[in-house]
Amino acid sequence: MTATLPAETATKEVVQRKWLKWQLYLGFVGLLIGLLMGALQALDRAEINLYDEVGLQTYFQGLTLHGISLAFVLTFTFANSFLSLTTMRSLERPLRYTWMVQASLVLAFLGVVLAAGAVLLNKASVLYTFYAPLEASVAFYLGAALLVVSTWLISANQLFTLHAWRKDNPGKKTPLLAFVSVMTFLMWDLASLGVAVSVLGFLIPWSLGLTTGNDPLLTRTLFWFTGHPIVYFWLLPAYVSWYMMIPKQVNGRLYSDGLVRGVFILFLLLSTPVGLHHQFTDPGVDEGLKMVHAVLTFGVFFPSMVTAFTLVAAMEDGGRRNGGKGLLGWIPKLPWGNPSFAAQVLAMMAFALGGASGLINASATVNLVVHNTSFIPGHFHMTVGTAVALSIMGICYWLVPYLTGKALRFRGLAVAQAWTWFIGVLLFSRGQMASGLEGQPRRLQVSEATFIQEGWEFHNVTTAIGGSIMFISGLLFFIVMIGTWLSKKPATPAELDMPISETIHGGSETPSILDRIGLWFIVAVVLVVIAYVPVFLTHSYNFTSQGFTLF
Amino acid sequence: MATLQIEKWERWFLYATVVVLVAFFIAIIASIGEAGIHLPTDEAQVDPAAVASGDVPPFDNPGVYEQPDGSYQAVVVAKAWSFSPAEIEVPAGADVEFVVTSTDVIHGFLIADVAVNGMIIPGQVLKVNATFDEAGVYDIICHEYCGLAHNQMFGQVKVGGAG
Repeated sequence: MTATLPAETATKEVVQRKWLKWQLYLGFVGLLIGLLMGALQALDRAEINLYDEVGLQTYFQGLTLHGISLAFVLTFTFANSFLSLTTMRSLERPLRYTWMVQASLVLAFLGVVLAAGAVLLNKASVLYTFYAPLEASVAFYLGAALLVVSTWLISANQLFTLHAWRKDNPGKKTPLLAFVSVMTFLMWDLASLGVAVSVLGFLIPWSLGLTTGNDPLLTRTLFWFTGHPIVYFWLLPAYVSWYMMIPKQVNGRLYSDGLVRGVFILFLLLSTPVGLHHQFTDPGVDEGLKMVHAVLTFGVFFPSMVTAFTLVAAMEDGGRRNGGKGLLGWIPKLPWGNPSFAAQVLAMMAFALGGASGLINASATVNLVVHNTSFIPGHFHMTVGTAVALSIMGICYWLVPYLTGKALRFRGLAVAQAWTWFIGVLLFSRGQMASGLEGQPRRLQVSEATFIQEGWEFHNVTTAIGGSIMFISGLLFFIVMIGTWLSKKPATPAELDMPISETIHGGSETPSILDRIGLWFIVAVVLVVIAYVPVFLTHSYNFTSQGFTLF
Repeated sequence: MATLQIEKWERWFLYATVVVLVAFFIAIIASIGEAGIHLPTDEAQVDPAAVASGDVPPFDNPGVYEQPDGSYQAVVVAKAWSFSPAEIEVPAGADVEFVVTSTDVIHGFLIADVAVNGMIIPGQVLKVNATFDEAGVYDIICHEYCGLAHNQMFGQVKVGGAG
């Protein structure tokens, strides 16, 4: 099969798994910092201001840490680790280049040190959106760039590995798990070009003093070129688990191999040419172009609806095979005592609400009511803050035993963790959305604001309680992890393998057009060109804006 | 030739999804075409430093001006961390066009009760419209992070002699 000797292959795999395990743990550092900052923000909603006590200079310094440590560090390192491991397992070989696995972790680590260091020194309190002309230290932009490069290395390594697999398996379809893992990163490769051009082309030279004028609308447009598809880069690793592992974990089957490929192809195609829906309220961008992106945004809702049906069908299949009868009798037969399942199925339920509220945000004119109000963080704590974060925790309940060879400890506590997070986020988002609908802006330090309106207070206390419950839940996750690390109990044989779903209609029934990765990537590039070339051609370039450090 | 397998119920679920999405989108088009609710669009570009030194009309004279047709134009300059003018007074029932720009960083322009919502981006001119049917005080809140005192940045529209 391969040119390498089996023994060497085994060693290579062991080394790679170790580096990927530490990549995952780097994400845990992000999660922990993010949780601590989140708790401070939640308490501030109840006018309990602890920023001085913990040695932070401002709320916005903490908010910047919260954003980058969760939205960049946790999500990137988790995708790097998890989707490398799925590619290896699916293609039954280690990744092509061990040095790339190692370099990815080294760059991600350096990125965290530079970016978080700059924020901790209060040299980069610019939030995770880092809109120019608020000017951060160059270390911050460099750190963000290195984190992105760490993901590109994983993607390249996946592609080299797939290429080698194809040479050894001519004419065979890409195994489904490898297909979805590679597609997630390909989507991100294309999507990340916007922020790469912004950071490397404009922000780094500017923060070094090499250029003077800036065009804030241009760097903002480039940010949102990446800033919407980034949510799918956060979400698709969870989708990989929901499609490829959850059916197995509930003793069910995935209905169709081809439909899953179709869904990931749609995400590759439609994730990026939609960024202007974050700029509905921007001046300087043509209203007609905004509407083009609005249509495509509605399009990207479609694959998530396919997902909703398919996943529930797979779970129903499992519940019935477990002996469930009648219309709803399959639901109690699902493995609710398995924390990995409980966390992820609750994450899916939150995502149903998150997706519906996302459609509100995407509805151009309706968005005028909610844009930049607390409604938005209410929305995305159900998507990235739960659909993604709680799924990551759920996946870790089997992934950490898989990587360490130790049995998961405190399973009951882990189930409680999943439920407390779910209850916490429902309260949190309820408070945020209700206050947002009453005109409360986001990025709001309640304890310092001078325009608080009566009617917001009840909602903000709800948010504070919900956020505090989420913080406690996050601590439970770390207790389970620490218990598992310190445990001497070895993992069971079942825990040492990755759970992978079987399909009712497998790959042999799938039209081969749905395995043409290169072709679909070209179509995606064409769509991005159609959606964005008019934006950049009609943009009135205006490099007159100077930098400001106001934090 | 292999064909894509889609379960019967799933097919109907997806048809329903498409119908709902299309219906929602038609509603959005109607809100623009019929109800006349517009998003901010490309208006004009300015040099923020020149605006700051008072060299760019109409931003050299921020204030509220009655137009020949009886409507009002409010010229607003945003800078860290205030709006100029901080208070805008108009009679009840006034149609107001806000013309806004920033001299420094990105700010926000939110008047929640009349669903006015726009970004104030240095170098760009934001134009948004509202009708103030009821007398009262309406807060204009900066909803984009703009530095230390961001949460103290707000202005007011005083309608019909209120406040």
